[in-house]
Amino acid sequence: MRYSGWKVLAQGLRGNTGWAPAWRDPAPKAAYDAVIIGGGGHGLATAYYLAKNHGLTNIAVLEKGYLGSGNIGRNTTIVRANYFLPGNSEFYSHSLKLWEGLEAELNYNVMHSQRGLINLFHSDGQRDAFARRGNAMINQGDDAVLLDREGVRELLPYLDYDNTRFPIYGGLLHPRGGTARHDAVAWGYARAADRRGVDLIQNCEVTGIDVVDGRVTGVQTTRGAIRARKVGMVVAGRSSQVAAMAGLRLPIESHVLQAFVTEGLKPVIDHVISFGMGHFYISQSDKGGLVFGGDLDFYASYAARGNLPMVEHVMEAGMTLMPMIGRARVLRSWGGIMDMTPDGSPIIDRTPVAGLFVDAGWNYGGFKAVPASGWCMAHLMATGESHPVAARFRLDRFATGHLLDEEGTGSQHNLH
Amino acid sequence: MRIDGKGRIDRTRPVTFTFDGRPYAGYRGDTLASALIANDVRVVGRSFKYHRPRGILTAGSEEPNALVEVVGPANQTPNTRATVQELFEGLVARSQNRWPSLSLDLLEVNDLAAPFLSAGFYYKTFMWPRRFWEGIYEPLIRRAAGLGRLSGKHDEGVYEKAWAHCDLLVIGAGPAGLMAALVAARAGADVILCDESAEMGGRLLSDEGQIDGMPAADWTAAVLAELASLPNLRLMPRTTVTGAYDDGTYGALERVGLHRSPRPNLPRECFWRIVAKRSILAAGALERGIAFQDNDRPGVMLAGSLATYLNRYGVSPGKRVALFANNGSVRATARSLKAAGVEVVAILDSRPDAPDEPGIPVHKGATVLRARGRMGLHSLSFAHEGRVHALEVDCLGVSGGWNPAVHLTCHRNGRPRWSDELAAFVPMEGAVPGMRVAGAAAGSFSTHACLASGAEAARESLAALGRDGGALDLPRAEDAPYRIAPLWTVPGKGRAWLDFANDVTVKDVTLAAQEGFRSVEHMKRYTTQGMAPDQGKSSNVAALAVLADATGRGIPETGTTTFRPPYTPVSIAAMGAGGRGAGFAPQRFLTSDQASRDRAAPMVEAGLWYRPSYFPKPQETTWREACDREVRMVRETVGVSDVSTLGKIDVQGPDAARFLDFVYSNTMSTLPVGKVRYGLMLREDGHVLDDGTCARLGAQHWLITTTTAAAGLVMRHLDFVHQAFCAGWQLRFVSVTEAWAQFAIAGPQARALVASALGRAPELGFMGCAPVTVQGVAGRLFRISFSGEEGYELAVPTRFGEALFRDLVARAETMGGGPYGMEALNVLRIEKGFITHAEIHGRVTAFDIGMEKMVSGKKDCIGKAAAMRPGMQGAARAQMVGLKPLSDDVITAGAHLFAQGVDLGRETSAGYVTSVGYSPTLHSHLALGFLANGRARHGETVRLVDRLRGVDVLCTVTSPVFHDPKGEKLRA
Amino acid sequence: MRLTCPLCGPRDRREFYYYGAAVYLDRPAADAPPEAWDEYLHLRDNPAGVTQDLWYHEQGCGSWLKVTRNTVTHEILAVDAVSAADAAEEAR
Repeated sequence: MRYSGWKVLAQGLRGNTGWAPAWRDPAPKAAYDAVIIGGGGHGLATAYYLAKNHGLTNIAVLEKGYLGSGNIGRNTTIVRANYFLPGNSEFYSHSLKLWEGLEAELNYNVMHSQRGLINLFHSDGQRDAFARRGNAMINQGDDAVLLDREGVRELLPYLDYDNTRFPIYGGLLHPRGGTARHDAVAWGYARAADRRGVDLIQNCEVTGIDVVDGRVTGVQTTRGAIRARKVGMVVAGRSSQVAAMAGLRLPIESHVLQAFVTEGLKPVIDHVISFGMGHFYISQSDKGGLVFGGDLDFYASYAARGNLPMVEHVMEAGMTLMPMIGRARVLRSWGGIMDMTPDGSPIIDRTPVAGLFVDAGWNYGGFKAVPASGWCMAHLMATGESHPVAARFRLDRFATGHLLDEEGTGSQHNLH
Repeated sequence: MRIDGKGRIDRTRPVTFTFDGRPYAGYRGDTLASALIANDVRVVGRSFKYHRPRGILTAGSEEPNALVEVVGPANQTPNTRATVQELFEGLVARSQNRWPSLSLDLLEVNDLAAPFLSAGFYYKTFMWPRRFWEGIYEPLIRRAAGLGRLSGKHDEGVYEKAWAHCDLLVIGAGPAGLMAALVAARAGADVILCDESAEMGGRLLSDEGQIDGMPAADWTAAVLAELASLPNLRLMPRTTVTGAYDDGTYGALERVGLHRSPRPNLPRECFWRIVAKRSILAAGALERGIAFQDNDRPGVMLAGSLATYLNRYGVSPGKRVALFANNGSVRATARSLKAAGVEVVAILDSRPDAPDEPGIPVHKGATVLRARGRMGLHSLSFAHEGRVHALEVDCLGVSGGWNPAVHLTCHRNGRPRWSDELAAFVPMEGAVPGMRVAGAAAGSFSTHACLASGAEAARESLAALGRDGGALDLPRAEDAPYRIAPLWTVPGKGRAWLDFANDVTVKDVTLAAQEGFRSVEHMKRYTTQGMAPDQGKSSNVAALAVLADATGRGIPETGTTTFRPPYTPVSIAAMGAGGRGAGFAPQRFLTSDQASRDRAAPMVEAGLWYRPSYFPKPQETTWREACDREVRMVRETVGVSDVSTLGKIDVQGPDAARFLDFVYSNTMSTLPVGKVRYGLMLREDGHVLDDGTCARLGAQHWLITTTTAAAGLVMRHLDFVHQAFCAGWQLRFVSVTEAWAQFAIAGPQARALVASALGRAPELGFMGCAPVTVQGVAGRLFRISFSGEEGYELAVPTRFGEALFRDLVARAETMGGGPYGMEALNVLRIEKGFITHAEIHGRVTAFDIGMEKMVSGKKDCIGKAAAMRPGMQGAARAQMVGLKPLSDDVITAGAHLFAQGVDLGRETSAGYVTSVGYSPTLHSHLALGFLANGRARHGETVRLVDRLRGVDVLCTVTSPVFHDPKGEKLRA
Repeated sequence: MRLTCPLCGPRDRREFYYYGAAVYLDRPAADAPPEAWDEYLHLRDNPAGVTQDLWYHEQGCGSWLKVTRNTVTHEILAVDAVSAADAAEEAR
């Protein structure tokens, strides 16, 4: 069933009784050509591009809970391509291009909104670092504009320019940056993958990975054994546990990142804004809630919830930067489990087990990567070779020292 | 309407207020909601999506409809619950989410278009043409969505945060909470009793029942009086416990000043962090509705709120009232209303076996089919014994049962358990370690059960605290059983509302199920059920039941969504109290701060410090003029600069030298006493951590310096290395950054200035150090330089810093020198190719900055092994170089470097610029940067391109040391 | 979240700095093979359950602490000073 405004009208007149399920609810088959563990954004995108780009349709996505139940459903929805290092630059650039056609591609309105992202800076040194990054973005073929203080004031008149602890020197504007409706991305990919014949199997937890003579042969699940010559682990948040089923240890430590949303408000913040001195970023959802967050709680955790110190720090940062949000009330806070890697960049690679692939380590930047991650993971699983734009996301780069450390904070997992 | 003789309002204190510009009267003790009801205002808001007229539904913080803007003299507060906002003189309230007015809202057209606006419709349309999304569709959607308005002005209100510690935190001061607090406080425990309401007592204030033979309200007053008299108990009214966090930490919001006219310095709110050894959750239960056609009409309310409005506030929302329930809890309300003279037309009890009610018609097995009255209920139709009846009423109280307030028990990932008996979720015991749940929150609904479970929870908590709860006769109270026959929706054709706030109807939930959104989380996200300001407090369970029915599963299998903090919304300003303005981070000031400001030096942030940027002279109009002059001053005569921000760590002990050898890449143990050595520290991952100097003050006594930025980081690192790897070694170290003020004195006249200040010539060779006496004060002198000139750093205890700075500057000025600031300091170090964290930015190795020889081959050190990884060295890596433009054009840090003749792009970018400055010494802009294989490219011409700022300049690649490459001046 | 520092008693989480897994205590020998350093610096068991990790009482006594705790429930099972952790574990 193709979605369109006409269809909405026609169905409305018929009492909305004719809408078909967005996806089937198939029972798992005994064998597939490929199995993807993880029905989050990355896993569903991988399945979709495996089917679409590589014609591989006898495949299944195995999801422990419900589709999109991981970080795709609990992030702050920011989409951007503003990286400095080669390796990241081309990958996120590719992802942004995919985002820009995603509604048409999926026939699903993911509400990708290129409202502009502004990274504020608060010293000459920060300005230089952001300029270096902005130039890298332009070199990559993306967009960036360096705003001075008055340029920022024109766009964001409500910031505190007079009393804030760290004065606003200017900002790096990424006009094509923005947001998207996070759940819709999962549902859009799920529906589009399903339409191409992919089996999306929910409530199906993988309990073991079968390896014979160094080669993957299938998986054990709560709904029975499933044979597959190719298995992709796309389970950010649980990467270490799933990899351990194949005897692998990953360079990942799991951390909690909190996020917050306020009660609905009439439009007041039109951009995505990131504070340079206090780990605070904010945008306003189309429903009207201010969606914002800050840094990790900084301790290893799988609890998907956090504690007050970071809550308060984030609120304090908001108050020093834009005290006009003071009377907005926080409606809900939550936490996601982040795969933190020793350089802050992800992994899309083969593993020492033949036929077993890994897509992991998204730190807290996984949402914007969903299209390109799926695209590149599908390429890797179909061809056995890394896609050129993801070629540096190697599993062994920590051992070899070919790092992608945008922040320059080093191998401590939680500092990225 | 106001009911004479009822309520706890103070009728001697009339209060006037306005709503949507119209003046009204109420009393002290009213909420805005009760006062509006007293004034027969029925429509108070518009719904989120369909903009339907809405009235007050509840009497508590769970209110979904009556959200208003409260307008103060300086600012406005959106989304304020009229049911919580206490009335005060001059209160100005305004309805929201309507245009142009509450009675005429043009967006009510959405209600007519409802068939096309079903759950998730927006995912299926607005896709074409693509560019219309940001330009047209999204702005329209954004404007239509949202509720109240922020003013866009800074919130100038006062907010506070506070800590409290106690043995026992009791959450909720209804019958269970009061009893628990009483038992615990009498036993001597340190107790905090919080209640979200202005007046404690919970439902006892709305209840006409008796406790121990006296009216419940009198019993409550007596208990509160005793509690207030106990020194070990703190009463915190108007305080909502909003979150349960780890290890007995709770967040709580106190509404300090929201119930009175704003006054300067009166905090609006205070956010509490309460650390409690044990806690008792006695937060009561929340009533829920029953979905039937147009059940959202103004005048349809939750039945329990009618009792509250009557008994607590002395108002009735209707003159002719009917009650619709699937349980017995509405009976007392019906009796109260009747006794107060309100006409109770009928009780429509869906239970076929419901009991009779003397003097009130009871229709057993009846269900309400539809409510009528767009701007206010005027009639309803109901089904009874196979026939449809009409009833003229202006108010309908609905009770679909009660949900224990389990929310806080879920904040640490606990899942509530379904109780068939109560048709509700009840808390899982132990879900929050140290927390007991009592009273209605635990599913014990009768007053007796509440009192008993409150006392029991207190005794258990006391036992865990090692205290004896003692014997206590429970007061006598009603103990009627709670009987419910679940009824979630009344089948029918029209729209029946579940989530009033987000306009989610039964049809939306069944559509979600039809479209495959069968998981409760899918349903919630697809329909937005429970995502509005009330978080579905009165609607989630019914929605769940509808989903369970639509998917053919039971409610327990369907599960529930997750409750997360905060229990009720908390303002950003309250949780961020103290963060406004400069409060966000500490400010650190140099001892010379005032002296620099006296000279009109602009002070700039350097981490948490403030440092002088430059010291302008009267005739100078730009910073560059001042900077150039200060650079020349240092190169030609002498300059003074405060360098106290550098981290200073005092290291002592027999194993100190060995330790420093381990943490520095180069060897320190060979340094003679009285000498200083430059040192490089690596992170264990092989990259440069920091650089600084290491002075040997004695055989076992060292003073090391760090950069300003890394002072804390290095201290932490040294503590780790010591405690983790060599705890047995004999050494101690401590940060002395704040203990010493230290000033750089640099330039050809530096020695003369130091001699003048000390009263004798310093006899220190390059990189020497010695104790000195500075005008009677014991200090230290180091001959080190960050400028490339002959340089000294003179340190004195902090309390003498300002005096010494003023003295040194005065002496320098007599010699033609003076103070210099950060800008000049930066140019001086660039001319010499000295690095800062602009260069050692975290991705840089010793190899990259040409210091690989400083990683000693003779010993192990932190970071050495990881630095040997193949990717960490080699020609492909960008190496530090100097860059000198071929022209006078300005160059910028942040630019990228390209070989001549290549197309500009990611692949061709060969490096980047980290630092730039104009050198008045060499009459040229200079830069430091990193260039692939840079050391092999000295002499080559490259393009320096900053496309953001339109800079494209050819530069010669050079050694990073532009000035005095042999260091002759340093050693002079 | 609160940690009981062996020297300072129970203190709020905001006084502490978190480093990472207690693996950081097992520094390989200088001549250990590269794989040992990869294990040490990067690879982690990362358990969903009981783990041991390192915290620094930065706004307190400056002790580095080895904390035994559960990453799923956040329950804290033991806190020992790193410099004395081995002895404390043997004693238990």
